[in-house]
Amino acid sequence: MLDQTLSAGGLDVLCPMHVAIDAQGRIKHVGPTVSKLAQGHSMIGDRFCNAFDLIRPSGVRDVADLLSYSGRSLQLRMRDRHQTRLKGVVVPQGDGALINMSFGFSLVDAVGHYALTSADFAATDLTIEMLYLVEAKSAAMDESRALNSRLQGAKIAAEEQAFTDTLTGLKNRRALDHVMGRLIAMRELFSCMHVDLDYFKSINDTLGHAAGDHVLQVVAQVLVSETRAQDTIARVGGDEFVILVHGMDDPETLNAIARRIIDKLEDPIPFEGHFCRISGSAGTSCSSSYAAPEADTILHHADVALYASKNAGRGRHTLFSDALLRLDTTQPTGDRGAAHPEADFTRF
Amino acid sequence: MHGLINRAIQCFLRDTYGDDVWDKIMQQADLGYSSFESMLIYEESVTFRVLELAAQALRKSPDDLLEDLGTYLVSHDNVEALRRLLRFGGVDFVEFLHSLNDLPDRARLAVPDLFLPELTLEEPNEGEFRLRCAAHYPGFGHVMVGVIRAMADDYGALAFTDYVGADAEDEVISIMLLQEDFAAGRSFELAQKAG
Repeated sequence: MLDQTLSAGGLDVLCPMHVAIDAQGRIKHVGPTVSKLAQGHSMIGDRFCNAFDLIRPSGVRDVADLLSYSGRSLQLRMRDRHQTRLKGVVVPQGDGALINMSFGFSLVDAVGHYALTSADFAATDLTIEMLYLVEAKSAAMDESRALNSRLQGAKIAAEEQAFTDTLTGLKNRRALDHVMGRLIAMRELFSCMHVDLDYFKSINDTLGHAAGDHVLQVVAQVLVSETRAQDTIARVGGDEFVILVHGMDDPETLNAIARRIIDKLEDPIPFEGHFCRISGSAGTSCSSSYAAPEADTILHHADVALYASKNAGRGRHTLFSDALLRLDTTQPTGDRGAAHPEADFTRF
Repeated sequence: MHGLINRAIQCFLRDTYGDDVWDKIMQQADLGYSSFESMLIYEESVTFRVLELAAQALRKSPDDLLEDLGTYLVSHDNVEALRRLLRFGGVDFVEFLHSLNDLPDRARLAVPDLFLPELTLEEPNEGEFRLRCAAHYPGFGHVMVGVIRAMADDYGALAFTDYVGADAEDEVISIMLLQEDFAAGRSFELAQKAG
């Protein structure tokens, strides 16, 4: 027959987290790791139930009671400031009992709280492998999270780009439709100001596209500086811009905004030794003029008002009114953007 | 090649030689991107092309560059997580060397699609080791020389590590352990520092 006696030293190696108790429930011996958990206090002679709180099974009164759960899983808690949860199993030993324990899911915290090292675990214990896995998995998770956030950033940038006119950084036609649709759906008040540059085409024709591009960028800066952050500015064609003035339908204010923009557009724009001179015409329609506003109608009416400005001699602003529809608006502005006799580029 | 390996090469080159050097290498490599993602998989040829360009740019032999990469992986603060994972391999340097047999499996446990070449440690005489690295990625042995040298320092062991050579199947590294507790080494707590 196998010799079943095991020296206390042997038990300490195999089960460094065991506690031996006598028939009265007093601690006779603890494994080296348990004595480390006691942090300087010797548990020998203490009552087991004063050092450890038995959570499950509950209502255990004495050692005989405890031993009736022999071989089954126990849930315990250290009665110390960390209240570390432990798993355990109890077997009879002599006239007392032997309880072997492990940390279970409290492991990561316990290793920190009690400054445990590899030497505190049995060589066959999977604790070190588990700690390795916890760290390896969280490092891998960090990398995945970093990838996800970079992809998220790239997605936002791509979307941003798709709504942006790359030359001027303003919104594009797609973005304008999107914003208008949203404003209408939310029944928000806004005015739609259509701005068309005058004499722009002659700049492209005489000074080339680089000059034209530069002028468009300066125009974009003007539009941004003369509107509020909450307004929407889009470049919707070569030299056509639409401004959605949010929450505004006061004719005087709209006239003033348009006036300021046109005045600024008339400032000569230096480009490679030349001054580029342009102007702008504008027309505005207000969402408040319609019982059921529709984006197409609002844009069309702003366009009608713009043509009225062009017809009246450019460099001006017109608010849409139904009267304009009765005028013939199709005829005189076929040369929109064409060279104006007064367009001039002064060498400086 | 797993992105983690490419990312390791990127971090090494950036942290050691600066962003400009890295950007120039990636421009020359002409891959259409300037940075590797650690959780994506890349063509193996990409990795070798970047290493070749890096060696040229830095006027270093590819072998030296790979060994420096291995040293970096263990000793640089930015990749402390990796050092910790390696230290879990054993409480002392000899135990660590033996844990190298399990390294590919350990790696796969953390990242299932991360493949590392098979490693086999032999101890012909006490204190005398030979590590055979399956010749899957040429030059991987040089990385391991750097890793082992840096880990010996980390444990405070005095050891001579050398690249012996390569045949069709393996790259062979010899490790002579002179003194296990030569210096204090760097500390290793099981518990991770907060933050």
